[in-house]
Amino acid sequence: MVQSDKKVTTDKTNKSGPALIGTSGDSLREAFGKVLVNLAERYPNFVVFDADIAGGTGTHHFRKAYPERFFQFGIAEQNMMAVAGGFASTGVVPFVTTFAVFCLRALEQARLSIAYPRRNVKIVASHPGLDVGPDGASAQALEDIAAYRAIPGMVVVSPADPLEVEQATEAILNYEGPVYMRTGRSPARRIVGPDYRFELGKGRIVHEGSDVTIVVCGVEVARALDAAQQLAQEGISARVVNMSTIKPIDTELLVRCAKEIGCFVTAEDHNIYGGLGSAVAEALAQTNPCPIEFVGVRDVFGESGEPDELAEKYELTGPSIAAAAKRVMERKRRG
Amino acid sequence: MLKTLAALANAIRRESLAAIYAAGSGHPGGSLSSADLLAYLWVKELRWHSGNPGDFERDRFVLSKGHACPALYAAVAEVGLIPHRMLLTLRKLGSPLQGHPHVLDTPWVETSTGSLGQGFSAAIGMALGLRYKGSPARVYVMLGDGELQEGEVWEGAMCAGHYKLDNLCGIVDYNKMQSDDLNENIMGLEPLRAKWEAFRWHVIEINGHDFEEMSAAFAEARRTKEKPTIIIAHTVKGKGVSFMEGSPLWHGSVKLRDEELVQALRDLGTPEDEIVRYLDGTI
Ligand SMILES: Cc1ncc(C[n+]2csc(CCOP(=O)(O)OP(=O)(O)O)c2C)c(N)n1
Ligand SMILES: [Mg+2]
Repeated sequence: MVQSDKKVTTDKTNKSGPALIGTSGDSLREAFGKVLVNLAERYPNFVVFDADIAGGTGTHHFRKAYPERFFQFGIAEQNMMAVAGGFASTGVVPFVTTFAVFCLRALEQARLSIAYPRRNVKIVASHPGLDVGPDGASAQALEDIAAYRAIPGMVVVSPADPLEVEQATEAILNYEGPVYMRTGRSPARRIVGPDYRFELGKGRIVHEGSDVTIVVCGVEVARALDAAQQLAQEGISARVVNMSTIKPIDTELLVRCAKEIGCFVTAEDHNIYGGLGSAVAEALAQTNPCPIEFVGVRDVFGESGEPDELAEKYELTGPSIAAAAKRVMERKRRG
Repeated sequence: MLKTLAALANAIRRESLAAIYAAGSGHPGGSLSSADLLAYLWVKELRWHSGNPGDFERDRFVLSKGHACPALYAAVAEVGLIPHRMLLTLRKLGSPLQGHPHVLDTPWVETSTGSLGQGFSAAIGMALGLRYKGSPARVYVMLGDGELQEGEVWEGAMCAGHYKLDNLCGIVDYNKMQSDDLNENIMGLEPLRAKWEAFRWHVIEINGHDFEEMSAAFAEARRTKEKPTIIIAHTVKGKGVSFMEGSPLWHGSVKLRDEELVQALRDLGTPEDEIVRYLDGTI
């Protein structure tokens, strides 16, 4: 993680800092850090917690603007998580921020000290999935959605672009209860327009289509739009649903897509087990069962590499989604 | 040994930076602060080179502060376990040199690390298991000072103290700095010596850039019975590179620019003709 704004107390020789990696203004983590600053005045009742990676999670912006509302806990995520539960009991809303993989480390604290007593804490995780890139598997959380989804009462959100992060951050702040939200490391493509309105618990159709429904979250939304374009050239009309709230999942929208179209692809930068795909399958199995193909990391650990290379190798890119779309359409046709 | 320890540590520094430069990311600060200790450990202390590194009786080394692995990889290249050329594949797709050490790709790292605190616990498990099996092998584990903020470290410290693991030697790379700032501004660690003593460890403090002090400390650790030993090694983050020394800006995963690599290599006394080859990756 790189941080740029910090006054260096001990530095005597350094003239300039290092080049920043992937902290372009368009990454979801940066969007998150900046919107916290924008929301701070209108919402005086939240604070931000960090475990020595503010430069990585984007919260360095908030630290600079509102130092008195920023709490440093050091490299001690389990303590930070449970402290947040206690802090919230005083009526203030903590944003707990660290990398997604360290939210796994503090999972049991999130369960017992936040979810079980139903504390109003917002856990915001940067660096999810293979999108983490060169740091390698130790830092690439592919299990966080599954783990947090399994905690009773925990809302799970994974926005797709900087604007949606801004809206989602405000929405989870207005929601009373525990939330887990993924941001992202890499610069993200703009997906939603200025008239987009994020609503907690609602999926959004970001591309209309009638042959197959592709349900996606996070970095996979952009890749699904690539797939839709590729499919269009092949005469296939794909609907893309940005399912940015994974729990509670928008069953109503899924049922509508099932009735109107009748086959699905899900795609996520996460293990295929337990994440978005599972959530979609669970919802459909209980309402309108229909064929589904799952795009995601197939129950293996990641590795070092650039995010795009990894997406290619682990088959998370547009072409892989398009291929899955054709497979699922064929399954539907055969009945 | 063909190279003196100082020359070897210097080579580790150069090669760590060259690898981080080639990778386009990686943590220079904590690699440089630990280079002298790693040189000493791999050349003088660890009893792996008497046999083959897969030998059950080998001493184990765990880099619990896994982000400093460029220095570990360079040290391991210096003692001949991997070819030097491999260093330039750091963090690249398909390389065994992962961004954080992974035991299945590089068996000499002993256990996968990168999530701070966990390597320490795994090392304690190795020490406990080796003693259980009656092996004379020793276990060495290097921790960062920021890493000591993890509660797990103190659970482990209590455990190793309780079990009187005198086959375990911890080394704290006490560079006083972590990701964002000085330890003291993030979460104060002092009094550090008293903490380890309270957890029933034998404590030795040294200058982590002085090989004679290292030699005495590791010998004392071997002699110490009925207690694990922790060597608190006072170091300088970014040691050897003028613009990195004492600056937390260079802790994190950074992209080294050409002119920065050149300046760093000059600071490390690298001849100009070699600097060119570090830049184009032909070294
Ligand atoms: C559990 C955990 N939390 C956070 C991080 C992110 N991180 C990587 S290095 C680092 C700072 C480490 O500081 P220190 O232990 O002092 O290492 P050194 O100064 O030797 O580089 C942090 C916070 C991590 N790797 N693991
Ligand atoms: Mg340190």
